[in-house]
Amino acid sequence: MSIKGKAYLVGAYEHPTRKAEDKSVAQLHAEVAKGALEDAGLTKQDVDGYFCAGDAPGLGPLSMIDYLGLKLRHMESTDTGGSSYLIHVAHAAQAIAAGKCDVALVTLAGRPRSEGSSGTQPRSWGAAVPDGPFEAPYGIVTANSYAMVAMRHMHEYGTTSEQLAWIKVAASHHAQHNPHAMLRDVVTVQDVLDSPMVADPLHRMDCCVVSDGGGALIVARPEIAKQLAGKTRRPLVKLIGAGESPRGQSGGKLDITTSGAAWSGAAAFAEAGVKPADIQYVSIYDSFTITVLVQIEDLGFCGKGEGGRFVADGNLISGTGKLPFNTDGGGLCNNHPANRGGMTKVIEAVRQVRGEAHPKVQVKNCRLALAQGTGGQLATRHGSATLIFERV
Amino acid sequence: MNYQDRKIPAPAVNPENKAYFDAAFQGRLLIKKCASCGEFHHYPRAICPHCFSDKTEWRDAKGTGTVYTYSVLRRGVPVPYCIAYVALDEGVSMLTNIVDCDLDAVRIGQKVKVVFKPTDGGPPVPMFTPA
Repeated sequence: MSIKGKAYLVGAYEHPTRKAEDKSVAQLHAEVAKGALEDAGLTKQDVDGYFCAGDAPGLGPLSMIDYLGLKLRHMESTDTGGSSYLIHVAHAAQAIAAGKCDVALVTLAGRPRSEGSSGTQPRSWGAAVPDGPFEAPYGIVTANSYAMVAMRHMHEYGTTSEQLAWIKVAASHHAQHNPHAMLRDVVTVQDVLDSPMVADPLHRMDCCVVSDGGGALIVARPEIAKQLAGKTRRPLVKLIGAGESPRGQSGGKLDITTSGAAWSGAAAFAEAGVKPADIQYVSIYDSFTITVLVQIEDLGFCGKGEGGRFVADGNLISGTGKLPFNTDGGGLCNNHPANRGGMTKVIEAVRQVRGEAHPKVQVKNCRLALAQGTGGQLATRHGSATLIFERV
Repeated sequence: MNYQDRKIPAPAVNPENKAYFDAAFQGRLLIKKCASCGEFHHYPRAICPHCFSDKTEWRDAKGTGTVYTYSVLRRGVPVPYCIAYVALDEGVSMLTNIVDCDLDAVRIGQKVKVVFKPTDGGPPVPMFTPA
């Protein structure tokens, strides 16, 4: 059974805050849920499916469901880090197609900025994690994990720091138009190279922001989506393809320059029946510049190893480049709430397909968009997820 | 930048990995080989991640290999350190640190050999230095 056309994105909301010292995490979840329902023109009583990940406080989804006062017949809390919310959209479509729910709510929220989180701190998943004893002593953190991928990519393919910097430059060109973006200054390749080295070869400007906030999505059955569109006269955002793929260390037979996007992307393209060349806008997870480069290659927008040349010279800038990406400014400049960037990737793709992105970055006649997420750590274990949307 | 010692968190020892860390106390690096499929794997498991056989055996690794990739973390930490994957001569790669050398001179493909560094209240852990 395919999910192609079985579900629509009818609501999307990005919290405007980037620092929420005066709010609780649960409160942020509720605020984004409210925002997404209002965007969709639905009420809480319409929701019968709920999806959240590890950022939601409590045992799986239970505390949030009770806190929000939801009455449900479907719930799920798959957690693959920052890509969870793309997987939630795909699983919501599966649940809708199987008749298990009609309107699914997906929420994400967190306060890493207020709580002093950073990508140079170790993260522990508990003493029973089998890989922990073989990794924690060596100081694996988010930044040096992705940096090892960048270093190996440079070694295998000749990718340069200047090429990686172009990804940040493109994001900054977009962020200047987003009043909510954390970093709105347009930067140059030289600015990126001159920023302090965090983890060789990644500079500070190769890294995403740490921000508080969140976002939510509403996924609905086609009949409901069409009724709502009749009232709002907005274009419909149809999910036409989805893929997910875990990737790890393969028992020590490493190939860290290829991400799970090679498989999740292929699955999503096959289901949608479209090719990379058909896609007019992409949201690509940008925890770091290297994350974007690897995923663009693995999704097939260019050949493996050609990503450096592909992203250079403004090729990702909307209006001038061939592959406009992250037109909200992405995680690199706009927002990376809860240290999990997948939610905002889906939200900006929805804006593009609806024609509701900022006019300066809106892709003309955007009919096909792709959202791509990578959660966990690229160099150790990660979950990749790909969604393809069509405007109807 | 020369290597500096840092406080290394102790690994969580459990019944499945105890032999590995007991050997580390003796300065021996163990890796697992599967008697059924003949493949090495790392990190070590009771059941082979390649063929799912339970006939996995501890072997002494030669303790030599090459740097597969690395990165020196320079910001947000008390002491900069070089994380790396080292490809062991047996054919599997392990996450580790490169130590006792000029960290700015570490390169992919460089030959390295194992040394053991003490942890904070636990067994020593294998790290690598230029061979």
